[in-house]
Amino acid sequence: MFDDFLIRAALAGIGLTFATGPLGSFVVWRRMAYFGDATAHAAILGVALSFAFGTSVYLGTLGVALAMALTVARLSGRGHAMDTVLGVLAHSALAFGLVAASFQSGLRVGLSAWLFGDILAVSQADLVVVWAGAAAVVALLAWRWQGLLTATINDELAMASGHDPRREQLALTIALALTVAVAIKIVGALLIAALLIVPAAAARQFSRSPEGMAAGATGVGILAVLLGLWGSFRFDTPAGPSVVAAATVLFVLSLPLRRRG
Amino acid sequence: MSDLISAQGLSVRHGDTEVLHDIDFAISTGEIVTVVGPNGSGKSTLVRALIGLEPAARGKVHRKPKLRIGYVPQKLHVDASLPLSVRRFLSLPRRVSDAQAQAALERTGVSGLGARQIARLSGGQFQRVLLARALLSEPDILILDEATQGLDQPGTAAFYKLIEEVRAETGASVLMVSHDLHVVMSASDRVICLNGHVCCQGTPKVVAEAPEYRALFGMGTQGAFALYQHDHDHVHGTEPSDHATCSHEHSHSHV
Repeated sequence: MFDDFLIRAALAGIGLTFATGPLGSFVVWRRMAYFGDATAHAAILGVALSFAFGTSVYLGTLGVALAMALTVARLSGRGHAMDTVLGVLAHSALAFGLVAASFQSGLRVGLSAWLFGDILAVSQADLVVVWAGAAAVVALLAWRWQGLLTATINDELAMASGHDPRREQLALTIALALTVAVAIKIVGALLIAALLIVPAAAARQFSRSPEGMAAGATGVGILAVLLGLWGSFRFDTPAGPSVVAAATVLFVLSLPLRRRG
Repeated sequence: MSDLISAQGLSVRHGDTEVLHDIDFAISTGEIVTVVGPNGSGKSTLVRALIGLEPAARGKVHRKPKLRIGYVPQKLHVDASLPLSVRRFLSLPRRVSDAQAQAALERTGVSGLGARQIARLSGGQFQRVLLARALLSEPDILILDEATQGLDQPGTAAFYKLIEEVRAETGASVLMVSHDLHVVMSASDRVICLNGHVCCQGTPKVVAEAPEYRALFGMGTQGAFALYQHDHDHVHGTEPSDHATCSHEHSHSHV
C-alpha cells in the first residue's frame, strides 16, 4: 500500500504544479525557456552558499535565483544578443554552482538530490513551504494577470493602457525565483525548467484561452506527478525524472488534440 | 491650451546613438497630427517616448493626468503558443462586457469575429480588431503607429476613412505615424516631418511644399510613393514653414 512518504511526495508535487502551470504558460508565451534555465541553474549555487553559511536552503536558493533572474531581466531590457548571453549565464551558473558545491563535504555526497530532486524525502515542513510558496506565486500572477497578459502581447499596448511592462516583467521574475526556490527539493535544479515548459506545451494543444491553458497546464502537471510517482514506485526509477518523463508522454499524447479555430 | 501630450526639448538615446533630439511637440484636444519620416527617422521611438516607454535623455514629456490613450500598434505578433480569442483580447487589460465588445466590433466592421482566434485573422481584420480594442477604452487620443502596414491600398483607404468617422463621433485626438503620405496628409490638421529631429511642420499643404520635406521624400507626384534615396547633406536655402531650422549635418542615404 502507499506509504506516508508517497502521499507527502504527491502533495508536494501537486502543490508545485499550481505555480508551474500558470507560470510555465507565461514562460512559453514569452519564449523565456532559457530564462527559466538560467534561474534554475543558479539555484545550485544557492544551495552551495546555503551549506557554506549554514542558512536555510530555501532562502539561499531564493536569494541567488532572484539575483540571477533580475540580472537576466535587466540585460534583456537592453537588447543584448539575448540567446548567447542567456546561454552563458545558464551554463556558467551551473558550473560555478557545482564547483562551489564541491567545497562542501556535506553536499558532495547528496548532490544529485539537488540536481534531480528528491521528492520522496519531502518532510511535512517542506510541504508547508511548497504550498505557501505556490500560493504566493499564484496570488502574484492572479493579481497582475491582466497587465501581464497585455504586456506579453505587446509592450506599447500595455504601456498605453497604464500597465508598465517593466513592472509586469518584475512580477514574473519574482514569481520565477520563488518557484525555483520551492521546487529545488522536489524536482531539482536541472528539471525545474522541464516542469515549467512541458505541461504548458501539452495544455496548449487543447486550450482556447490563456486561462484555460494555465489551468490545463496545472492539470497536466498533476497527472504527470501522479503518473511519475506511480512509475517510480512500481519500477524503482528516480522520482523527479519519472515525473518529467510522464509529463513528456502526456505532451506527446496531446499532440493529436490540436484544435483550430 | 489643453495639450493632451507635449514634449519640450526631448532627446532619446539608444546606447551611443541619439535617435531623437530637441523635439518640441504638442497635440491638443480634437487635433489630427501626422508624423511622417523615412525608416529609421525615430517615428516609433517618438511614440514610445510619448506614451512613457522610452526614457528621455534630455527634455521632458508631459501627459495630461488620467489621459486615456487608445493605441493601435504597427504590427502585433501574437505568439502561436498563446491561445487568445478576439473577445478575450478586447478585455485586455480592462474587462469589458459582451455588449460593449460586440458594439465595438460592429463599429469597426468586424462583428462576428469575436470567437475567432487572434492568430487566424487576416491583416485587415486584425487592424480593425485593434481599433475596436482601442475604442473600448473611450480614448482621449488615438495613437496609430503605422497602423496600415501590411494593408493593400483599398484596405488602407478604408481604414483611414473609418478613423475619420470614429474621430468625428468621439471627438478624440488622433496622432498618426505613417509614410502613407498621400492618404494621411489630406486628413491631418498638422503634419510633422521627422528625421531624428523635427525637420518642418505645418498644415499638409505647407509641409508638402517645404524644401525639407521634398528633400526627404522627393518631389512626390500626386498619390505616388516617393522613394527616397538621397544624400542628406543639403543646406536649406529658403525659410520653410513655421519651424525654420533644419540643419542636416549628418549624411546618410535611405533606400
